[in-house]
Amino acid sequence: MIALPLSVEAAAAAAALGVRDWVIQLAYLAASALFILGLRSLTKPADARLGMQQAAAGMLFAVIGTLLDANIVTYQWILVGLVLGTALGYPMAMKIEMTSMPQFIAFSHAFGALAATLVGIVEYRHLGGAMPTGVAAALSFEVLFGALTVTGSLMAFGKLQELITGRPITFQGQNAVNFLMMAVAVVCFVMVVVNPANTAAFYTMVALAFLLGVTMVLPIGGGDMPVVVSLLNSYAGLAASATGFAIGNNVLIIAGALEGAGGFILSILMSKAMNRSFANVLFGAFGSAPTASSGAKGPAKESKTISTEDAAMQVAYAGSVVIVPGYGMAVAQAQHTCRELHELIQKKGGDVKYAIHPVAGRMPGHLNVILSEAGIDYGALLTDVDDANRVLQTADVAIIIGANDIVNPDAEEDKASPLYGMPIFRPWTAKTVFVIKRGKGTGFSGVENPLFFRDNTLMLYGDAKGVLGNLIKEIKALDEGH
Amino acid sequence: MTQIFQLYVFLLAGFVGFIIIQRVPPLLHTPLMSATNAISGISLVGALVAAGGKYGTLSTILGVIAVVCATTNVVAGFLITDRMLAMFKKPDGKSESGK
Repeated sequence: MIALPLSVEAAAAAAALGVRDWVIQLAYLAASALFILGLRSLTKPADARLGMQQAAAGMLFAVIGTLLDANIVTYQWILVGLVLGTALGYPMAMKIEMTSMPQFIAFSHAFGALAATLVGIVEYRHLGGAMPTGVAAALSFEVLFGALTVTGSLMAFGKLQELITGRPITFQGQNAVNFLMMAVAVVCFVMVVVNPANTAAFYTMVALAFLLGVTMVLPIGGGDMPVVVSLLNSYAGLAASATGFAIGNNVLIIAGALEGAGGFILSILMSKAMNRSFANVLFGAFGSAPTASSGAKGPAKESKTISTEDAAMQVAYAGSVVIVPGYGMAVAQAQHTCRELHELIQKKGGDVKYAIHPVAGRMPGHLNVILSEAGIDYGALLTDVDDANRVLQTADVAIIIGANDIVNPDAEEDKASPLYGMPIFRPWTAKTVFVIKRGKGTGFSGVENPLFFRDNTLMLYGDAKGVLGNLIKEIKALDEGH
Repeated sequence: MTQIFQLYVFLLAGFVGFIIIQRVPPLLHTPLMSATNAISGISLVGALVAAGGKYGTLSTILGVIAVVCATTNVVAGFLITDRMLAMFKKPDGKSESGK
């Protein structure tokens, strides 16, 4: 590593290189610090925006630092790539609807992971059989996780965008086939590490990883996509980290490790909030076989409906209202109408809060973004299940909009229910519960909801946006009547 | 030895990630995901070297594709995170009338 300078020119060259390397490494160090601070800023909503802008600046430092790298000899193609990437990314980010955020993130993962995979292949071609064992292992990890994430994310994107059916696609012996492919990939991995010159094993591994991404996501239902997207988030991070190991770059290792940890935590949190074990989500193909457990009891029960006029009367004079939104609200694009109702109730002296379940929506925290977009401040959003249940106990009216499983009392009362044990809201503790629902169907899990048959539950059937609009009209009409 | 140092870096960064991310409130979980997604676009660093190095035509082509993908990831990721975070409004006091 230490070169003895043989001539004055060589010494000068070595010194110049030294300065350049220092600048590069300092740029990477700054980038790493800014990434960590950026993520830390997300612990406080008020600091988050500035912190993430600083993280973006960190990314810029890392790019500028890299451009000084002595291994880079031509810049025109880099420029083409940067311009094209920006031209693609900018309109994507500015046009995307907040409801489509999960698909968007899945799609973006595919891009990042494809980059990592390609970098791995280029490095492999460049180093050939001469690479040390450690580098061979890192490169193999990189392409394995990278390729898996590319196709897995595209599948998740397809399911969320409903290009592919959201139902789990299963066939006999599916898990066995997956495990076999995984085993072969692991064997190839070992072969590459033992003998890096084994190109056949390397490319077989890449091909298998691409395939595995597809076959692993196929049997997972659309409702479980949040866990999958979080997990792929983690894999994309691990691929980036492995790239760092392979090319000896710390900023890649750090950024990848941060993302790997983040994705992992979120997927565990989501599994917990859905009352499923991690393994169950990945291998269970939940939605394919709706359990018949709760269907057996009392199908004769009828739920009570209420007219919009009567509902409006109760909402208008409520002192405290808690709204429990589900993804149905976002699908109906009812969030803006919801804010109008919110303001109307406030004007009449009532207090409005939102109970947001961790798995409401199609990704962790999705409904918070959708309600914030509608202009509702985050002081009104109750994101803790226990907090929300306390507020519900003293509420006059609870309004359920397009949510189902997260307010199903079976989760607490029926041990046979597949939902049993899942943390849920208890809207029935409020004086009156209004359920706005499209029709008499079941929730995502396919489980009947006894909440709809409770004494203080009144149903308002119809499209969420339409029903809320009518409620607003009726409340305003009440005022004019006086 | 280098690899051992790299493992230290990985391990420590992973711990930092776990500790920080566990403290992110559920309110910001979606922006958190798009933020980590944007940061994972750091593969761009590797892609730049692959595209600009002298590794042969095929490698340059793969490298340029990698630069395009990673740049898309970075630009879109940070912009959408910013768009989302801009939407989160501070409680103005009026909405907290009950307290």
